[in-house]
Amino acid sequence: MEQQLKQLEQEALAKLQAAANLKELNDVRVAYLGKKGPITDLLKGMGKLSPEERPKMGALVNAVRENVTAQLEERVAVLEEQAILEQLEKESIDVTLPGRKVRQGNRHPLTRVIEEIEDLFVSMGYEIAEGPEVEKDYYNFEALNLPKGHPARDMQDTFYITEETLLRTHTSPVQARTMELKKGEPIRIICPGKVFRRDNDDATHSHQFMQIEGLVIGENIRMSDLKGTLDALAKKMFGDDREIRLRPSFFPFTEPSVEMDISCFKCGGKGCNVCKHTGWIEILGAGMVHPNVLEMAGYDSKKVSGFAFGIGAERIAMLKYGVDDIRHFYTNDSRFLSQFHRTEG
Amino acid sequence: MLVSLNWLRQYVDIDGIAPEELAEKITRSGIEVDAVIDRSQGMTNVVVGHVVSKEKHPDADKLNVCQVEVGEGDIRQIICGAPNVAADQKVIVALPGARLPGGVKIKKAKMRGQESNGMICSLQELGVEGRVVPKAYAEGIYVLPKDTVPGSDALELIGLRDTVLELGLTPNRSDALSMLGVAYEVAAILSQEVKLPEIQYQTVSEKAEDYIKVSVEAKENPLYAAKVVKNVKIAESPLWLQHYLMAAGVRPHNNVVDITNYILMEYGQPLHAFDYDALKSSEILVRLANEGEKIVTLDDQERSLKAHNLVITNGQEPVAIAGVMGGANSEVTSDTTTVVIEAAYFDGFSVRRTSKELGLRSDSSARFEKGVDPNRVLIAGERAAQLLAELAGGEVLEGTVAVDDLDKSPARVVVSPDFINNRLGMKISLEDMLSILNRLQFDVEAANGMLIIDAPTRRQDIKIEEDIVEEIARLYGYDEIPMTLPEGNEQIGGLTPYQAKRRIARNVMEGAGLYQAVTYSLTSDELAQKFALKAEDTTKLLMPMSEERSTLRQSLIPHLIEAAGYNVARKADSVALYEIGSVFLGKTEDELPYEEEHLALVLSGKWVDHAWQGEKLTVDFFVAKGIIESLFEKLGLTDRISFEKANVDGLHPGQTAAILLDGEKVGIIGGLHPIERKKYDLKETFVAELNLKAVLGAEVEELVYASVPRFPAITRDIALELDRSKPAGEIIEVIRAAGTKLLKEVKVFDVYEGDKMEAGKKSVAFSLTYFDPERTLTDEEVVSAHNKVLKALTEAGAELR
Repeated sequence: MEQQLKQLEQEALAKLQAAANLKELNDVRVAYLGKKGPITDLLKGMGKLSPEERPKMGALVNAVRENVTAQLEERVAVLEEQAILEQLEKESIDVTLPGRKVRQGNRHPLTRVIEEIEDLFVSMGYEIAEGPEVEKDYYNFEALNLPKGHPARDMQDTFYITEETLLRTHTSPVQARTMELKKGEPIRIICPGKVFRRDNDDATHSHQFMQIEGLVIGENIRMSDLKGTLDALAKKMFGDDREIRLRPSFFPFTEPSVEMDISCFKCGGKGCNVCKHTGWIEILGAGMVHPNVLEMAGYDSKKVSGFAFGIGAERIAMLKYGVDDIRHFYTNDSRFLSQFHRTEG
Repeated sequence: MLVSLNWLRQYVDIDGIAPEELAEKITRSGIEVDAVIDRSQGMTNVVVGHVVSKEKHPDADKLNVCQVEVGEGDIRQIICGAPNVAADQKVIVALPGARLPGGVKIKKAKMRGQESNGMICSLQELGVEGRVVPKAYAEGIYVLPKDTVPGSDALELIGLRDTVLELGLTPNRSDALSMLGVAYEVAAILSQEVKLPEIQYQTVSEKAEDYIKVSVEAKENPLYAAKVVKNVKIAESPLWLQHYLMAAGVRPHNNVVDITNYILMEYGQPLHAFDYDALKSSEILVRLANEGEKIVTLDDQERSLKAHNLVITNGQEPVAIAGVMGGANSEVTSDTTTVVIEAAYFDGFSVRRTSKELGLRSDSSARFEKGVDPNRVLIAGERAAQLLAELAGGEVLEGTVAVDDLDKSPARVVVSPDFINNRLGMKISLEDMLSILNRLQFDVEAANGMLIIDAPTRRQDIKIEEDIVEEIARLYGYDEIPMTLPEGNEQIGGLTPYQAKRRIARNVMEGAGLYQAVTYSLTSDELAQKFALKAEDTTKLLMPMSEERSTLRQSLIPHLIEAAGYNVARKADSVALYEIGSVFLGKTEDELPYEEEHLALVLSGKWVDHAWQGEKLTVDFFVAKGIIESLFEKLGLTDRISFEKANVDGLHPGQTAAILLDGEKVGIIGGLHPIERKKYDLKETFVAELNLKAVLGAEVEELVYASVPRFPAITRDIALELDRSKPAGEIIEVIRAAGTKLLKEVKVFDVYEGDKMEAGKKSVAFSLTYFDPERTLTDEEVVSAHNKVLKALTEAGAELR
């Protein structure tokens, strides 16, 4: 019997090793350790043994069973691991194939520029003011020290709707409206929006374009405040190492009036094609609010002063991104628009 | 304004300053120099030649063989094709080795077998603009005066050894529309003196007042002065004068006309010369025109006048349009012997209106419009008399006949130094301020802590304290202004709720895969109302530049469709664009159209294209609707929005819906009609437009957290047989209305129309979710709630499958 047991053990262990997968292994387990298996049979047959032999045999059978069980478990672990490896192998993929990209659009480059400027000024305590694109002659010109027949009206060719209404030629009427609304109170606003001029569309002209203007009114607003504010704007839009310079200019609604240049961001001031070899790039017009403008809106020009500035969003975007034709902003070619997706800096 | 530096040197010392440096100084202190033009353009070897003989070329009809002396005893053969070349002329010769503008190099050459050692030049070949070349030489070579010396430097002689500054003048600086004005500016910058021309001349004993009488019947002409010069010999002007004019961009004509133009450029005071005999009267009467009165101007155009146009007449008929252009009837010609010189001050507004109406802009009107210096009018007339005597052999009659009511007093500005410094944020000393004002030649007196300033009348732009602030600052240097930020802000900046929500709307659109487009607000009359949510009266331009951009739009969709077409024409297989912009509706009380901000989108072609996985989806109605629904979800409006089948011109009648917010129409969505698609060569294309003002303006409740469900939900499915035309949305409404508060969600999970259904029917399956956040529902409760739904559905005529 002992011999028989040893032989069974050998057989079982051999079949365990031979089992190629978990199913075959289970068959081996059922065959040898199951209720109807030979080891169970042997245990059942122990009744025929003498009382002295029984414990000895019992121990022996148990030992065999434990050994087979242990080896079986070991073998199960091996085969399970093997099965997982096979599964992993089967499931492995070419990770270099492209993913299922989630479609994403993005802002128009002009909106991108405008929001960047809005955010800068909001952080400095400004509000954003908006107004109608169809304006009254009064807000677009007269309230800005440009009475009818003023030669400076020629600076802006205008689309008229009637004698008294027109497509605004700048966002300055929003300033005039805000001043009228605030009735003498201090103002800090930024005014973005579409504006219109009678121009034939070409690489550098567009009958519709976008402007962002700023207006600050309060007690003791100085030209140095304007310069400091414009410096912050130049650095935000074109980099911290930009320098600015002011040049005298003329706008009917400001006195003194200036134009602001920035040091060329491409050549750093040495002279290149971007700055037309001057080292400086003209960016915007600005000035101290003309007392007539303040008075027309009900401000006491002896008590308060202010500054204003106006930027063309297209000009900023063209310089910043190197766009060479203003019409790109209005043809809405996906191949153009999709380039303004990623972040910078 | 073109400023010849050779000319400018007559009035101010600019020696020792390079033209570029001078230009930079002028630009930085107030007047932008647009260009620095070297008139010699690097030319070399251009000399005076004497045409000794001229013979026809033996083998070419249009060519001449000339022997030209280009230095003492240095005679060269030069072939010349100009029609006006002649023996004994003094001409300009470019010798072999010469470089001319445009990269032209002159070499020895043979022309039809004849040797040519150089080129006889026209002014155009020397880089002079054709429009300023005197008419006599416009089609051929330029001929020099007889007394010029062969071999001498021709460029010097014709004033091309000169630099011209092109000034970009702003409307306020009309004082710099004259050489003297520029001289004052340059003198102020360089701390130099201005040398004014000396005016001296002899008069004859006859009196001007015996020749001409002047009367004025219009307030638009406060000063009219006439001088009379007899025995004028009309001829070419001396070379120096012609070349100053050409440098200034003015074409020389004859000595009389050139003198008036010279003074226009020198003093900025327009003058006019009449042929005295052609006036046919001894009277000048300035008056307003009669309505419809006619005059033929110097450019041979007949002009019809209006009653507010100011005219100069001979007492009867107009002989000039005041300040704008002279009449052909009184023009100075080669036969003229006696001239009347007009020096006048015409009201700027009147001149501007007239020149605009007639479409006649001249150097003269440009100056009157902006206001000429009242104190230079009479001086300019004297200067003309002097030059007519000196350069045209004229005899000046004694006296000036004038009507003069012109206020010539300077503008007084009183300003405190503190005001100036406070406005600038600077601390400029009183001494520095006085020094600057002196350099500008402003009369200034410091008294009681104030600066009392009389600005010269040539500076019409100086009127108020702020003007003085600017003058001080620009000459002190804008670089000296420090940088500060405004003090004392009590305002917290930020976006309005509407502005913040608009940015969110942009984020939703872009997160859904759409690019933001910007299209034009102006469109054609035809497209203006197309797809409009509510078409109202359109707003049209008074004078559009084209029909295509004549009317303000009432919908954003037409231009987005055009943009889609543009992209598809460039092989884009997928287009997804949105735009936020205003539409212009009707008219409000204040005469402006009502502007309403809208959001629109266009989708065309592929939507999903995961190529190698073989997953493709073309855009359809529900892609577009899903995007719009996402926006409403983000805005917290989902439960208040409904879609209702609708008809919109240009959209697919079976694939179009109106979008309702609280039952009010706020938008449309639909497939583009196949006929419309064909126009733009588009495949499946879907559009939507929302009244963003209404959508973002809708107030929503505060966001309050709802407890996260801890108890299981129970779902029940229902399949219904419906008429094909029955909207599922209506059924959902029925289910929602009947479901108790336990019904939390209704979803459509299957729609089937096909063989297995009766014709005209469809099957729609819904999944209903019931739960109670407080406890686990019992079967009975669910059954009871669900039965109510089933009952309502049956009552609504839906058939359970």
